Amino acid sequence: MLKMRVIPCLDVKDGRVVKGVNFADMMDAGDPVAQARFYDREGADELCFLDITASAEDRDTLYDVVRHTAEQCFMPLTVGGGVRTVDDVRRLLLAGADKVSINTAAVARPEFVREAAQKFGSQCVVAAIDAKAVEPGRWAVFTHGGRRPTGIDAIDWARRLAGYGAGEILLTSMDRDGTKSGFDIPLTRAVADAVRVPVIASGGVGTLDHLVEGIRDGHATAVLAASIFHFGTWRIGEAKAHLAAFGIPVRN
Amino acid sequence: MIVAIVDYGSGNLRSAAKAFERAAAENAIGAEIVVTSVPEIVAGADRVVLPGVGAFADCRRGLAAVPGLEAAMREAVCARGRPFLGICVGMQLMADRGREFEITEGLGWIGGEVVALEPNDPVLKIPHIGWNELIQHRVHPLLEGLAAGAHGYFVHSYHFRLREDVDLVAATDYGGRVAAIVGHNNVAGTQFHPEKSQMAGLRLIGNFLRWRP
Repeated sequence: MLKMRVIPCLDVKDGRVVKGVNFADMMDAGDPVAQARFYDREGADELCFLDITASAEDRDTLYDVVRHTAEQCFMPLTVGGGVRTVDDVRRLLLAGADKVSINTAAVARPEFVREAAQKFGSQCVVAAIDAKAVEPGRWAVFTHGGRRPTGIDAIDWARRLAGYGAGEILLTSMDRDGTKSGFDIPLTRAVADAVRVPVIASGGVGTLDHLVEGIRDGHATAVLAASIFHFGTWRIGEAKAHLAAFGIPVRN
Repeated sequence: MIVAIVDYGSGNLRSAAKAFERAAAENAIGAEIVVTSVPEIVAGADRVVLPGVGAFADCRRGLAAVPGLEAAMREAVCARGRPFLGICVGMQLMADRGREFEITEGLGWIGGEVVALEPNDPVLKIPHIGWNELIQHRVHPLLEGLAAGAHGYFVHSYHFRLREDVDLVAATDYGGRVAAIVGHNNVAGTQFHPEKSQMAGLRLIGNFLRWRP
């Protein structure tokens, strides 16, 4: 039976982790490779790096980070943030990323998703959707960290992205992101039920019950979280034990 | 021992090479891991690994596009009997043919066809992505020391429908039985990615490096 995935996400800026675990036994909490090794040992099912580097010149540092991580951690690695061209995708995959997440660039030019999927295969294309409620039961796609509205319906957009060849959808509720009040379950379920590809729920995790809700009620097959793991509130093993206690299949 | 990881333009092989290096080191096996598209190196290698991501037909064309590469693989694997490991689409390429988008002839090393996953439960997503349990079907050196309930990391929409049940080494369940490890004489393959399957994956790679069929 397929196991539901727990995916910690690390924010990386200029090659350093700006939001990550900080346990006493960790020599350098800002080192992405050390963080990746930590989560590898913890039994995370995948790892996600979100590059929040402002300038394009500093992108080379990211490739080094991905390269060193992939050489030491034998687990799936997704890298997102600022992926705009087929060449960006190629460079990340060559550095050792297994999947690349595409967000704003897909809104600007949806064919980009199709080109990336045709060139490198759907298995490595994760389409990221940042959505906000605009009226009850309706969500719209936003870009630029949730600041810029696009007017595109999130459910329609998810269907289109899957049609373009995205292998997975990473769905973030911008209303919930950073609030620790739980996933936007109606949004997650509406998207997950609308597409055949797997949906990763993101945005708003504050408790282990939220992870359960994302899978059981939101119909996601993976849950992504940052702060509940990084600040040591819970460890990966505890999250999985909690999911298992609710009858959700997890890998131990 | 020279382990040739066949490079025919299908994805990044760097992390795969690193996983083989790590497995060799952990098992104290003196192995030189070479990522190569040079037919002479492949033909003379002691172990051959064929990775593969993307579509069956694309991978098949990529392999055919390097002059002498397929012949070199046949030399090492069929004529010299060296152990072979196909990974993901690299495993599927051993089939008689693939039916992804179009009908494409495979290497024909293990009988069967590569067909679309059609799980009997409509709730199950396509692609099949994530960790799934390996269910041992028969004894095989690749499975040695692998704990019951070990998991592999899968990502695929097509699967290997074997002609002969005896070629199935381990299966996984995704709305029906899906071949996870196949094996026939000195060739074997995994639908999942051992190089991404943490400890269980490294163990399997170590077993492959030790395997003397």
